[in-house]
Amino acid sequence: MNLIWIALITLGVIGAIGAVILFIVAQKFYVYEDPRIAEVGEVLPQANCGGCGFPGCGGFAEACVKASSLDGLNCPVGGSAVMEQVAGILGQTASAAEPKVAVVRCGGSCSARPKTSVYDGAKSCAVAAATSAGDTGCSFGCFGLGDCEVSCDFDAIHINPETGLPEVNEDKCTACGACVKACPKFIIQLRKKGKNNRRVFVSCVNKDKGGVARKACTSACIGCSKCAKECPFDAITVENNLAYIDYDKCKSCRKCVPVCPTGAIVEVNFPPRKEKPADAAPAAKPVAPKAETPKAETPKTDAPAAPEAPKADQSNNDSPATEA
Amino acid sequence: MLKTFRLGGIHPAENKLSANKKIESLELPKQVIIPLGQHIGAPAQAVVNKGDKVKVGTLIAQASGFVSANIHSSVSGTVAKIDVAPDSSGNKRPAIFIDVEGDEWEESIDRSDKLVKEITMDSKAIVERVKDCGIVGLGGATFPSHVKLSPPPGSKAEIIVINAVECEPYLTSDHQLMLEKADEILVGVKILMKAVNVEKAVIGIENNKKDAIKLMSEKAADYAGITIEPLKVQYPQGGEKQLIDACIRRQVPSGALPIATGAVVQNVGTAFAVYEAVQKNKPLFERVVTVTGKSLAKPSNFLSRVGTPMNQLIEAAGGLPEDTGKVISGGPMMGKAMPSTDSMVVKGCSGILIMQSLEAKRKEMSDCIRCAKCVHVCPMGLVPSYLMRVSELNMVEEAEADRVYDCIECGSCSYTCPANRPLLDYIRLGKGKVMGIMRARAAAAAPKK
Repeated sequence: MNLIWIALITLGVIGAIGAVILFIVAQKFYVYEDPRIAEVGEVLPQANCGGCGFPGCGGFAEACVKASSLDGLNCPVGGSAVMEQVAGILGQTASAAEPKVAVVRCGGSCSARPKTSVYDGAKSCAVAAATSAGDTGCSFGCFGLGDCEVSCDFDAIHINPETGLPEVNEDKCTACGACVKACPKFIIQLRKKGKNNRRVFVSCVNKDKGGVARKACTSACIGCSKCAKECPFDAITVENNLAYIDYDKCKSCRKCVPVCPTGAIVEVNFPPRKEKPADAAPAAKPVAPKAETPKAETPKTDAPAAPEAPKADQSNNDSPATEA
Repeated sequence: MLKTFRLGGIHPAENKLSANKKIESLELPKQVIIPLGQHIGAPAQAVVNKGDKVKVGTLIAQASGFVSANIHSSVSGTVAKIDVAPDSSGNKRPAIFIDVEGDEWEESIDRSDKLVKEITMDSKAIVERVKDCGIVGLGGATFPSHVKLSPPPGSKAEIIVINAVECEPYLTSDHQLMLEKADEILVGVKILMKAVNVEKAVIGIENNKKDAIKLMSEKAADYAGITIEPLKVQYPQGGEKQLIDACIRRQVPSGALPIATGAVVQNVGTAFAVYEAVQKNKPLFERVVTVTGKSLAKPSNFLSRVGTPMNQLIEAAGGLPEDTGKVISGGPMMGKAMPSTDSMVVKGCSGILIMQSLEAKRKEMSDCIRCAKCVHVCPMGLVPSYLMRVSELNMVEEAEADRVYDCIECGSCSYTCPANRPLLDYIRLGKGKVMGIMRARAAAAAPKK
């Protein structure tokens, strides 16, 4: 019986001393944390994707509270709705940031861009980019090995096995920018979603001269400048054999789309065009109306390539070399 | 007991199919494509324009910085254009295209075969000449030689170590060069010794080249200070750090340059190029290239001008065989598989290896079984399995802490892995990232001083 009492008293005393020490230490090293940080944190999506440029939602919440104004601070996942709430908590006004979306600037599908060699190294774009210029004639385009797919926390980007190109699910994409960082060829970019989600962009990053680019890929931008001449708003510039559309100037009139001889400029989410009189634009390109798969049905020779596996282990190539 | 390096290493099948094949001069191509970046460091700046007439040995591109190298025309003719051309990885790089007309050499080049033993230049003039002639390390790394011959202040060279091990399977260009140009090489070594003011030089040769060891040992008796060191056959003995360990039993500390051990390492081909540059005033515009492969009709050693299309070399060796699986620039261990044969011979191209589809095929990768074979063979004492994992997961801090930057990319780990894991592929990726971070850090720290 005595033993139990001794044990209880000893432990009780140790506990009491510990409590006193902890109390003193807690007073001494108390760090004041703005309660609003936790409040802001609660309204954030807690996806911790890093798309805002801060280390996770906690970092962003702290930055919001400490900042004197919310200019330039934006949660791409939550969008303006969340930023309104954050602004409400902090008693400030949220700067309106236009929602963005990831766009894939490569139209080199399996049919448009034939393989010239076989890559059989590790299944990673980063590894492939470190050792080679890719297994097609185009050294700028998509490898199709899916680093973007792996990097996406929102299940919004997937490699289409038929085209061998990544496709963005616009409803799921939060424009966090993870895929932009993951792509070693820099073909994925964040773009403003545009009015009614409609946008026009150059789906190519090939800077080779026209002939070389065209030979490697039937849907490459050849730098012919037809689009630049067509554009009524001077939004298109051609530099290094590649057209670029300035989105501050672009009014989405999509006049550039039909003049592009290779179909490298794509329009997304536009309603189908009205049939034009035959003499106006005889060579109008067939346009994919819901243009997530921009080039799938543009060129003529599509049929035979469809069931083919998109990468690796094909041995029917005439060019012998592969990449280790 | 023959010497070798102490840590790790493997012994792949040697397959020296082109051994003892005489070095043949290749016919001149119709056009050469000479890339501006054939060396480690800044690419050279073109100093010719379209339409200019050049001779063999004319300077066509000037080094742009200390770590850079001059480039000379390998043919006589007219500059067709300055454009981009695919390198061995398929990436397009600036290059000078020259249409060949005749074979007229610069008058200053001594074209006679006469051996010139006497070294008249002093050390400074030698380094200057090596720089002017655009000599780079011909073992494959293509580090500009004049940089190695100018030790940084505070370090002192004590010995020249000549890399004649040719540890890569298949390749025989250095071996054949030794058999045919032994005296020239030894004079070249003497020149290198004079350039860095040392009295000793050791030439490391692997024991699978017994004829070369015998010949070089006989000849070396006439050259004071040069010894021949027969070495056990072990890959990657040609690595600078491994060779220093094998030959003079000193270890290069992690992160340090080989000069920290007092050794200056040069390839045997470089020694020959130095001889030609200093004694014959001949810039580096041709080299010995092994063209080999099991299915190839005629594995050969060619003396090829820089910029010659690889297709021409393959044709001269009997044409591309039916069952080709890979065409590799360099040896099978460290060489690069090329996406096309459209690229050209560059200064660092020691061989073209044509692998059969059966031997080239990668086997299906499976999970790591923790057998530690990769750890056992790593010549740098790293843990490849772990480094692959952290590189794959982009854990750069861990990769740096475990010295990923020490990796010499020899590929022994991937070669030995029973699970066929692409260890080196990922480690190289991690190494690139870590090196980038380290360079950025050094650059950020520099201005504060």
